[in-house]
Amino acid sequence: MIDESAFWLLTIGLGIGTYLIRFSFLGLLGGRTLPDWALVHLKYVGVAIFPAMITPLVLWPAATDGQFDPARLIAAMAAFAIGMRFSVLGAIIAGMGSLYLLQALGL
Amino acid sequence: MQELSERSTCQIAKKRVVLDSYLGARRHGLCCGGGSNDPCLEQDRRLIQSVDVVHMKTRSAFWEGFIDCAPFIVIVIPYSMMFGVVARDAGLDVLQTMGMSVLVIAGASQFTALTLLSEGAPVFVALFTALVVNLRMAIYSAALVPHLGHARLGMRALVAYFMVDQAFAVAVKRYELPPPLGPAERMAYYFGAMLLICPFWYGGTLAGALLGQAIPASLSMDFAVPVCFIALVAPAMRSLPHVVAAVTSVIGILLFHSLPWSLGLIVAALLAMVAGAQTELYMRRRTAKRGLA
Repeated sequence: MIDESAFWLLTIGLGIGTYLIRFSFLGLLGGRTLPDWALVHLKYVGVAIFPAMITPLVLWPAATDGQFDPARLIAAMAAFAIGMRFSVLGAIIAGMGSLYLLQALGL
Repeated sequence: MQELSERSTCQIAKKRVVLDSYLGARRHGLCCGGGSNDPCLEQDRRLIQSVDVVHMKTRSAFWEGFIDCAPFIVIVIPYSMMFGVVARDAGLDVLQTMGMSVLVIAGASQFTALTLLSEGAPVFVALFTALVVNLRMAIYSAALVPHLGHARLGMRALVAYFMVDQAFAVAVKRYELPPPLGPAERMAYYFGAMLLICPFWYGGTLAGALLGQAIPASLSMDFAVPVCFIALVAPAMRSLPHVVAAVTSVIGILLFHSLPWSLGLIVAALLAMVAGAQTELYMRRRTAKRGLA
């Protein structure tokens, strides 16, 4: 269960922080540009953080009390393959769809 | 409707410029006369036409942005609904769920913050990680300066609030393509793009939050979180540095997941970011060397 005050502290902090990031160069920093080294690192923020989020969620899902579930691993790989070759929406459909299929098959 | 007032002030300014030059021309005796063939009447007609063209151009730029962003609705609706469902599933009420979507409007960071908080991570870790997820928007902010930096501070503040991935990508792509858009048209295009995305983001969250409780546990909505992240990250796996970063990230979390307060996530992400950037820099150096040889 999520604590009410912790939630609002997080949400308001995230709202303000995210706004300041969005407003940074347009408003606060004027016409200044990012140094090249920062740009190179920021390019990899997404691919650096999401796999580390995904891995525990797939390998030790809370829904199975942290027990490894082969159906979820296979479904995650299906979503990845479709997302890489086709589209974002395709990945969501492939991931959820193959999980349901495997669960129906009793895996 | 802020963008309407922006548009009309811009038009008034343009109208004034056209009028001034016209009156200047009149004063210098460049056009005068009378009768039915009065050249001044002709000039008036042209003046009215040119103001109409400015009006039409900003309006059409708004709709152009709106239409160019339309394909993304197909992604925004299920994505925002999933956030609503997952948030209710994690124990938030409808107000909390909507509060997050309206205050933050950045899906990936909302999922991140929510997941970490429900796993029992301390607020500062959840906050820091979610902010790191949003750091990419500093690049967007910098990239929009040459296109929208001309606007008044209030307008730029509004641009910042609505800065979402899809609208940003569509807008910058359009700004760099011919035919070039004028300053007012670029603003109109931007708001056209984001006024399509954002209402769907709020509406989808609300729909998901209201439907959330009705979705049975057998639908495994918890799995929507990793699936959404996979859908975001998979298309990026097209260059070697991105693959290196992703693999480092997975290895990093496997090694450090037992660190307290979910700090393993931050360690893995920082290592992966450096690995990706260093791979790119290494490849650049190698290409440069080959270019010299």
